[in-house]
Amino acid sequence: MEDLQILEAVERYIGGEMNPNERVYFEALRKSNPEIDQAVVEHTFFLQQIARFEDTRQFKNILDETHIHLAEKGLIQSPKLKGGAKVVYLFNRYKRTAAIAASVAGIMALSISAMVWSFSPGKNTTQDVQLLNSKINNLEVQNKKQDKEITTVINHIKRTDAPPDIKYTTGGTGFLVDAKGYLVTNAHVIEGATYVAVQNASGKDFKASIVWVDAKRDIAILKIIDTAFKTLSSIPYAIKKSGTDIAEPVFSLGFPRSDFDIVYGEGYLSAKTGYNGDTLAVQISIDANRGNSGSPIINRKGEVIAVLSSKQTSLDGAVFAIQSKYIYDALSQLQKSDTTFRNIRLPVTSSIKGIDRTKQVQKITDFVYMVKVN
Amino acid sequence: MKAEHNQTALLQGLARNDKKAIDTIYKENFNLIQALIINNNGSTEDAKDVFQEAMIVLYQKVQSGSFELNCQIKTFVYSVCRRLWLKRLMQQSRYSLHENTDDLVIVDDDMEDHAKRDTEFKMMEKAMGGLGEPCRSLLEAFYMQKKNMQEIAGSFGYTNAENAKTQKYKCLVRLKKLFFTQYKNESL
Repeated sequence: MEDLQILEAVERYIGGEMNPNERVYFEALRKSNPEIDQAVVEHTFFLQQIARFEDTRQFKNILDETHIHLAEKGLIQSPKLKGGAKVVYLFNRYKRTAAIAASVAGIMALSISAMVWSFSPGKNTTQDVQLLNSKINNLEVQNKKQDKEITTVINHIKRTDAPPDIKYTTGGTGFLVDAKGYLVTNAHVIEGATYVAVQNASGKDFKASIVWVDAKRDIAILKIIDTAFKTLSSIPYAIKKSGTDIAEPVFSLGFPRSDFDIVYGEGYLSAKTGYNGDTLAVQISIDANRGNSGSPIINRKGEVIAVLSSKQTSLDGAVFAIQSKYIYDALSQLQKSDTTFRNIRLPVTSSIKGIDRTKQVQKITDFVYMVKVN
Repeated sequence: MKAEHNQTALLQGLARNDKKAIDTIYKENFNLIQALIINNNGSTEDAKDVFQEAMIVLYQKVQSGSFELNCQIKTFVYSVCRRLWLKRLMQQSRYSLHENTDDLVIVDDDMEDHAKRDTEFKMMEKAMGGLGEPCRSLLEAFYMQKKNMQEIAGSFGYTNAENAKTQKYKCLVRLKKLFFTQYKNESL
């Protein structure tokens, strides 16, 4: 308690908030008591540290904003390299690896041919090759069998685990992937729906139609068909094509509450696979509830890395999300099957990289919708 | 003469966080640095990091009130970036740079200052990070956003400013401890 009082006095002294009498008294105390004197010196230094810290932090923010701004206007070359530069860069970056790989491959080829030579008894080479062929065929058959098994296992998981966790018909969350009104949500959110509507964070309803469902991957694409809907400005976040890291901090926005308010959640990527090693999904440690299905999982660079899909009942905070690369897959399948969707473009660059979280969320909110099903 | 005058104006602008000045310096120098980094095994992301760190070095230099660089901004930024990138390459045990300029200045002192400042920044960042809520927000509101105790009490839900103040001092003691523990370890 006494320490706090000294600290308060020191701070008031440094800040010039003492009245003249107090000041004289304190200065005398400072002279006679080396500890108080040290406290003043130390605290002055500390306050300067805080001020510098904040100053640098703000300057860093300005730099990030400047970078984004100049890149958008095309005044600096960023963020992507084009054509030659990229090849040169990749070459420079990987030439060592490539050289090592090439020499390893060479040694392998030599030793394999030596082995083949020493193991083959002269004339029977063609038979060996055929044998190998049939072995490869066998492997393929096995592979297919395993694939099938994996699919059954996945389906099994979905059938046995998902239903108790998620209400299928009350709706969920979706987010825009093209400003013209295309949204991504979970297939299970709109399963069995005859009528779909989406509602934005300010409570406005829009009619929507289902344009693509991939039940296996639990991804659906919706299109807002309401005439009241106006194409929004460009989407602030990017959809990530690949590569996430364990422990990467992430956040999500969704509509898990019955009062239709958008809810923010923070967490981190806890595993690169989903339930029982499901490679479609990733595991995320975040608070999620019914209605969060279809929420975007966004990293700090403002890239959507996954779509929240289910939750393990037995483990609090363990949530599974479909990797965002499957959004690309779903879209390319849709475009293959119907050329009218050729003009859908997924956002590949994030314009909210490097700005603080509150601002990121502000910018994203308009692009996240509640999906309602009837 | 005019260019010199221009440069001083830019640096003065930088010192008072003038966005236009920052914009101009950024725009006129970034591409050169990006080329340097990319030609030397770096990515666009590395280029951005290194360039922004050099901007901070320049910023801290002009903050101390000296607007005389004895060279062009471009040369200074390039020399700093070069050192920063060499240091990173060194950490990955690669040593040489492919570059096509010999327009360099000696920036040893600036690098030393910056290394110290950067360590301090990271220590404060770590101390703040280790503080937890609501302490961190409380201290940020007071020391960084410069809100008064009355406002803070209101927005954090304390019954009065006096209680908020007591809490603030308790948090401050913890922050100082977190910071100085690192600081002392670093100085040893």
